[in-house]
Amino acid sequence: MTVTLTAYIEGIGLLGPGLSDWPSSQTILSGHTPYQPHKTMLPSPALLPAAERRRSGAIVKLTLATGLEAIAAAGLDAASLPSVFSHSGGDGENCHAICEMLASDDRQISPTRFHNSVHNAAAGYWSIATGAMTTSSVLCAFDACFGAGLLEALTQVVVDNTRCVLLACDTAYPEPLYSARPIPDAFGIALVLAPQHSTKSLAQITLSLTDANVDRLDDAALENLRISIPAARGLPLLRAISLKQNQPVVLDYLDSTRLAVTITLC
Amino acid sequence: MNPLWLSHFTATSSIGRGLEQTLDALRQRRAGLAPCTFDTVDLPTFIGEVAGVDAVQLPAHLAEFDCRNNRLALLGLMQDGFAEAVRAASAKYGAQRIGVFLGTSTSGILQTELAYRRRDPVTGALPADFIYRTTHNTFSVADFTRHYFGLTGPAVVVSSACSSSAKVFSSARRMMAAGLIDAAVVGGVDSLCLTTLYGFNSLGLISEQACRPFDAQRNGISIGEAAAFALLERVPEHLDADAVLLLGIGESSDAYHMSSPHPEGLGARMAMQDALKMAGLKPSEIDYINLHGTATQSNDAAEGKAVAAVFGSGIPCSSTKGATGHTLGAAGGVEAVICALVLQHGLLPAGLNTQHLDPTIGLDYVLENRQQPVAHVLSNSFGFGGTNCSLIFGRAGNS
Repeated sequence: MTVTLTAYIEGIGLLGPGLSDWPSSQTILSGHTPYQPHKTMLPSPALLPAAERRRSGAIVKLTLATGLEAIAAAGLDAASLPSVFSHSGGDGENCHAICEMLASDDRQISPTRFHNSVHNAAAGYWSIATGAMTTSSVLCAFDACFGAGLLEALTQVVVDNTRCVLLACDTAYPEPLYSARPIPDAFGIALVLAPQHSTKSLAQITLSLTDANVDRLDDAALENLRISIPAARGLPLLRAISLKQNQPVVLDYLDSTRLAVTITLC
Repeated sequence: MNPLWLSHFTATSSIGRGLEQTLDALRQRRAGLAPCTFDTVDLPTFIGEVAGVDAVQLPAHLAEFDCRNNRLALLGLMQDGFAEAVRAASAKYGAQRIGVFLGTSTSGILQTELAYRRRDPVTGALPADFIYRTTHNTFSVADFTRHYFGLTGPAVVVSSACSSSAKVFSSARRMMAAGLIDAAVVGGVDSLCLTTLYGFNSLGLISEQACRPFDAQRNGISIGEAAAFALLERVPEHLDADAVLLLGIGESSDAYHMSSPHPEGLGARMAMQDALKMAGLKPSEIDYINLHGTATQSNDAAEGKAVAAVFGSGIPCSSTKGATGHTLGAAGGVEAVICALVLQHGLLPAGLNTQHLDPTIGLDYVLENRQQPVAHVLSNSFGFGGTNCSLIFGRAGNS
């Protein structure tokens, strides 16, 4: 018997190269407007206190921008929502700076560099910015990070019968790390997921594990984006919603295990 | 929640390989902390290093995973028949029905730190033998573990600093309740590296002596490393009275500061209260609390306030970090295993190194080992970013 998990998407946040938010990206994903990649524009995190704002890196800006977009669309208070943060790795810029110093004669890395090096830095800044004292699951699954995050979020929604916000976000790696981990730019998807249908429901999704082949994107540049940044492995789901068609998609997850998602628009 | 059975568990830290050595160290009040001679580190501090990690050889087909963190993981998996238990579970349930949920904060970043010393002097490139995915990347230890056992179920690393390997129990609980898996390999692995040693030093949070949790003169942590694992299964019809069950989990965020806890321990209090609620227990039904107890001024003061607010001052508690050091991303897993030993052996382990209890913290902090029946225990794990997780375990005979 196949186990399925069902939830309702109430809000979507999207930011990446050539994709500036969910409303303006829908016609690009549906193929009605040409996709023109350009470097991801990360907004300043206005919600953070000045001290934290100064210390925040790209991953903090990206999670705040996408998460708040999704939550605003759902008409909810960010402080009320449990969260799932899923990243394919740490903050590459910060890691590079630390490793460079540790390999030098002066190993006195700065306190800010160090506390920004934890994988849950974005989740920490998020809770400070939004006042959310709710639980936050902070995950890493390398290339599987979108699928791992979606699965974790759906188990929260279904098992604990609660809304939650998924933030699947990755940022660019600088050289020399880039050659070992070529993530070219920042990209994030945020989804507000709910256990029941509401007036804010955009689509019902039902997920199960599968070994079927992953869905690719027709547009070569969008497909390149999907492959090159792990968080973008969720794009086939957003494309299906933007096409306003009820259709199943298969999303990338672990090497031999993938996620089958049926989508029913509300 | 429906209780879950810790059908097998094991821990390897500076106080010992496996349960027998760990229990013996607790009974003998033996700490694993020693002056730091790790790599080229020139800090005056104590560390809890696991002996023999470098001698561990990964199987040839998993050689690309070779790094200190995965060597320590394998060393831990080899103890107490844990690997055999996972293989038996895989045969019983199917490889796709077992999840892997591990916590780490360091992962194999030491591998990258070392690679940065060998950059090409002209191009700055990292050496060709550096493999990011299977060593440095935070997922590496879960990926190694699932490949080692050939498991194909859901797998993820939880990395929320020092709460990581407590929070894995929560992910596993939900996956099991959702019916996606029948068993879960949970735990944590964290290994010594320069980033954490120099990083905590930059914050002024490292003690120059073996850490003294809840001492009036406490002045910082001693960093340790460890690998701890548990195999979670549904509770069968018949269980030994000494079997250990996971009864409740509470999680919260401080929403306060990146590297300091909420001064009143508000988030910690919420986590403990939520764990009690999920377990359906009153505070007075907890017999022992394994404190987060890092020995920083701010953690112990805030945690003391939070524990007192929920439990009053009458419940025996201690931090075992004076023995193991703070094993960061592995701490929740190590202390879950210590809690299992407490339940099975009725041993309340003394907090080591503490000479003069902080008089401003009103807790029954255990300074000498106590022997008494134990039915329920609570373990706290808190971390940078204001992440909090409390776990409640119980003895099957009392639950």
